[in-house]
Amino acid sequence: MSDSLVQARGLRKRFGAFEAVRGIDIDVWAGEVFGFLGPNGAGKSSTMRMIGCVSPRSDGELQVLGMDPDIDGPRIRARLGVVPQQDNLDIELSVRDNLHIYGRYFGMSRAAVRAKAAELLDFVQLTDRATDPVEQLSGGMKRRLTIARSLVNDPELILLDEPTTGLDPQARHLVWDRLFRLKQQGVTLLITTHYMDEAEQLCDRLVVMDGGLIVAEGAPRELIAQYSTREVLELRFAPGAQRGWREALSDLAHWVEELSDRLLLYAADGEAALAAAHRRGVQPTSTLVRRSTLEDVFLRLTGRSLVD
Amino acid sequence: MTGTPMTIPARRPVLTGWAAALRVVEGLWTWYRRSWRATVVSSFVQPLLMLVAFGVGFGSLIDTSARAALATGGVPYLTYLAPALLAVSAVQTAAFESSYPILSSFKWRRTYEGIAATPITPGQLAGGQLTWIALRLTMSGGAYLLVITLFGAVHGPGVLASWVFAVLCGMAFSAVFVAFSAAQEHEGGAFTAIFRFVVLPMTLFSGTFFPISQLPSAVQPLAWVSPLWHGTELARGAALGDLQLIPAAGHIAYLLGLLVVGVWLSRWQFRVRLTR
Repeated sequence: MSDSLVQARGLRKRFGAFEAVRGIDIDVWAGEVFGFLGPNGAGKSSTMRMIGCVSPRSDGELQVLGMDPDIDGPRIRARLGVVPQQDNLDIELSVRDNLHIYGRYFGMSRAAVRAKAAELLDFVQLTDRATDPVEQLSGGMKRRLTIARSLVNDPELILLDEPTTGLDPQARHLVWDRLFRLKQQGVTLLITTHYMDEAEQLCDRLVVMDGGLIVAEGAPRELIAQYSTREVLELRFAPGAQRGWREALSDLAHWVEELSDRLLLYAADGEAALAAAHRRGVQPTSTLVRRSTLEDVFLRLTGRSLVD
Repeated sequence: MTGTPMTIPARRPVLTGWAAALRVVEGLWTWYRRSWRATVVSSFVQPLLMLVAFGVGFGSLIDTSARAALATGGVPYLTYLAPALLAVSAVQTAAFESSYPILSSFKWRRTYEGIAATPITPGQLAGGQLTWIALRLTMSGGAYLLVITLFGAVHGPGVLASWVFAVLCGMAFSAVFVAFSAAQEHEGGAFTAIFRFVVLPMTLFSGTFFPISQLPSAVQPLAWVSPLWHGTELARGAALGDLQLIPAAGHIAYLLGLLVVGVWLSRWQFRVRLTR
């Protein structure tokens, strides 16, 4: 396992009688962006907390940076950067003080922390807010500060738990842009998300998790090629009106998924399927032909949509 | 904004033991620095009010009484009271610092969660937090000392030992309270109950205002359990210069024992809560 930064075999996490992670295998290689995609409660955060050496594993093997978290937790954490799901910045302190204090926890000298903070504030475009209390920042700015804070110790591996949940589209793109830059610099990133577009944009490789298990694994394009068709025809109806059409149209596609207000026809040629459907007298309120996404992969694998 | 690579990481040694705990103290100091003026005012005003009300006001009533003189060993009531109030103040500050700030750091500010992701261990974090409280008690005790000196309520240099005993007493109480606060999931009135049913009775019946021998004999064992009684005996004895070796050793042993148990419980509870 030469340059595998994270290696898990049969990894499990139990909370009392509830098993959040039910035996997963993972390999994360240096320099890649690795994603955990899945709905809330899939076990993504529990996995991240085990990799982050905060939550001890209940069973299985786990190595992070070649060390065992149960033995070398502090030494591993010294080389990790963590962006938690919920910001835990000290909102009463200034932007800069947050970075200073955090760097000191890693044993950095005051001079090193000062220099690093200036560099990071520039990186996340918060230099002009350096002396403001965190309380006054927008959600997107807090997120960027949290990302800056996770970089204070020059980590080799960064764990980001739902980095853009709750942000508006503009703020999300700014965060993505910074993460892209980190990727270009060769930093290894581990990201959990329940946004398929985020996973498609950022991840070189990902695992789809559901109910504490990995249900699929691969590069986004591979997963789509393997589990979905090239195109998808969406027929939208008034809720309920799609019922009855599923059977009548099933031979036009490889398979059909039914949601509350639409039918999804998985076909290589969506336009052809649409024309055929029209000939059979279907009158949906609107139609859409689009490319398959990871959402379709997830729907195919679990029968549920990612964000419900 | 450029795309230049970040500085090349240098492998730093991981801080251990006290070095790590002191970084936590430094973080808490950075936080405290912003609002220290407010607490400085309160650490002067609070003893001032207590001394004026009880020492000067109440004291003027009883200083003429022969029975009171018997209890105070002949010194003015203000001088008798002042070192005990030093211990009371330490316990009250400890109670405040060990309640809401701890729960808040777990639950609302979530700063402990942030620290748990760094090389600092939960045990070092608990140690740093308690060390910080000890520093706060030392600072507010110093302010108290200044006030009672200005009131002329200081009998001699022994009061410096009273200061140390007051901090020890406050910490013995604080460590146990911090462990309790770290176990709370919700505020739920638990702190109010402790302030009302533990801190307040402790203040009234630990020999601060009158010797516990004046209490009904059935109630006296309650005072023996109270860390404040042990702290008061030590602080007053040191200030008035009549501390006896054997009882003093007993009081110190009791407070140290409580402190050790409290520190152990706090470290354990921090670990349980931060490594779920």
